[in-house]
Amino acid sequence: MTRRQWFFRGMHAGIPISLGYFAVSIALGITARQAGITAWQAALTSLLINASAGEYAGFALITVGAGYIEVLLMETVANARYLLMSAALSQKLKGGVPLWQRLLLGFTVTDEIFGVSIGLPCALDPFFTYGVFCVATLGWTSGTFVGAVLGNVLPARLLSALSVALYGMFISVFIPEARKSRVVAVLVAVSFAASFACAYLPVISQISEGIRIIVLTVVISLAAALLFPINEKEKEGEA
Amino acid sequence: MNIYIYIACMAGVTFLIRVLPLTLIRKEIKNRTLRSFLYYVPYVTLAVMTFPAILNATQSPIAAAVALLVAIVLAWLRRGLFTVATASCLTVLLLELFL
Repeated sequence: MTRRQWFFRGMHAGIPISLGYFAVSIALGITARQAGITAWQAALTSLLINASAGEYAGFALITVGAGYIEVLLMETVANARYLLMSAALSQKLKGGVPLWQRLLLGFTVTDEIFGVSIGLPCALDPFFTYGVFCVATLGWTSGTFVGAVLGNVLPARLLSALSVALYGMFISVFIPEARKSRVVAVLVAVSFAASFACAYLPVISQISEGIRIIVLTVVISLAAALLFPINEKEKEGEA
Repeated sequence: MNIYIYIACMAGVTFLIRVLPLTLIRKEIKNRTLRSFLYYVPYVTLAVMTFPAILNATQSPIAAAVALLVAIVLAWLRRGLFTVATASCLTVLLLELFL
């Protein structure tokens, strides 16, 4: 397939992501407005950062007038999972991709864009991911803008319904893999249980959500890697 | 406090996190444990982020729990991302009419 074909295939895959992003980022825009940020500034933030948890955490800190260092630390923690996703993508990427494209590809990494890119049955051509990103960011940025402009007008009932869209997107990434691999299915169950326990246990529940997510991810994935190392032949078939 | 400096801080650190592994890791990782770890990471982290956070996202935790089940079943039946996300939203919208 040519770059152009990959790009269009990516745009196609980006449509459902974009629609989901639009719904989710409306809630984000409302948070931005509460932090005293204008709709244009909120849209700029979404265009440049393109990360739900990171932006929520950032807006929350801006609301309380936190220092710049605090914002830097919070973003590091809230987005640290991208470090792992970017490392995984480095293994999925086809050969001979130049530095500037690696920078561009890195910029586009989000949970969902990563999800569809890593889910391809062959080595990744970055133009596929650029196609996904172009369409997806349109929904994300415009949704943030719309949320900041008319957030208070939308009925609470509608916002409540929209807020689960993000999780629906997450679920549609890990459940199909759980169907394919019994180990992943067990890991999903373990992750749910451990995350639930950590959210309600005394002391541990006081730790920030961002840190809890990273620690749980590393501990559970590492345990799985040691107990159930992937079959190399099987992996080659996937990659 | 300047809002643009805040945005620059958020964007700068997020960009670095995203590009460092992609630019630094040029070779195929041979270590089997590390490869397995990187394979499991995305699924584990998305699962950890989904539950129990979804329960606090809506007005009624029961509606969210049903939406979670609906999404899991649809995703298991290989419905696409958009169908799964929309169905979970509609589930909450409908259930919260009664709850």
